[in-house]
Amino acid sequence: MLAISGTVFTALADPTRRALFERLSREGELTVRLLTNNSGVSQPAVSKHLGVLKHAGLVRSKHKGRQTHYRARPRGLTPLVDWMNYYSRFWHDRIDRLEDLLKRMDQ
Amino acid sequence: MTTATTRSLVIEKEMPHPLERVWRALTQGSLMKEWLMDNDFQPVVGHRFNFRSTPAPNWNGVVDCEVLAVEPNKKLSYSWCSMGLASVVSWTLSATAHGTLLRFEQTGFGPGQEANYNGAKYGWQKFIGGMERVVAGLK
Repeated sequence: MLAISGTVFTALADPTRRALFERLSREGELTVRLLTNNSGVSQPAVSKHLGVLKHAGLVRSKHKGRQTHYRARPRGLTPLVDWMNYYSRFWHDRIDRLEDLLKRMDQ
Repeated sequence: MTTATTRSLVIEKEMPHPLERVWRALTQGSLMKEWLMDNDFQPVVGHRFNFRSTPAPNWNGVVDCEVLAVEPNKKLSYSWCSMGLASVVSWTLSATAHGTLLRFEQTGFGPGQEANYNGAKYGWQKFIGGMERVVAGLK
């Protein structure tokens, strides 16, 4: 049935990480410091969340001087898209079978 | 008509069969087994049940479900949780001149541990909605 990696879903299951990912998708490249400002979360916590997003392939990082810059990696969402495509095929197939059954019930 | 986005999956089909027959196929366990999967479904709101299929690599073959809505000949909906990922499956029937219009919808895709079908969650749904634009840019 599903042959997907749970990493992306686990990474995005956390509201703080989702918010970080959304912000990077919207605003482009940002430093950890900028991401921490007004987030209500400490800088080490933000760094840790970014590490999880990076492991899941959802963001990438670059060192510039003493700062680490992060950027969203939209391609990381591919498992989500694959999952939807999988279910699309699954249900089309099952609904075809439902129609066959209804025809047989008619007889 | 088929629409597949990251937010929800919708399939609509007109079938040359009376409402009652389609409803039976959707809600009688033995008939559901024929076209969908083996199950212990009962058309009772709150009933928890499983769909079971042959385990495959990366899938244990089990879908955990709970009946969320039953309106005879009109609407059936149940949660659909598999491999820690949750969604809601809804079937809506309406009579047409030639039979029945069947509408299937699967919505609310998200991590199962966060499943809360009646709102009040910060935005997995909203997030998925926002990500449609990002995903649209992938291709």
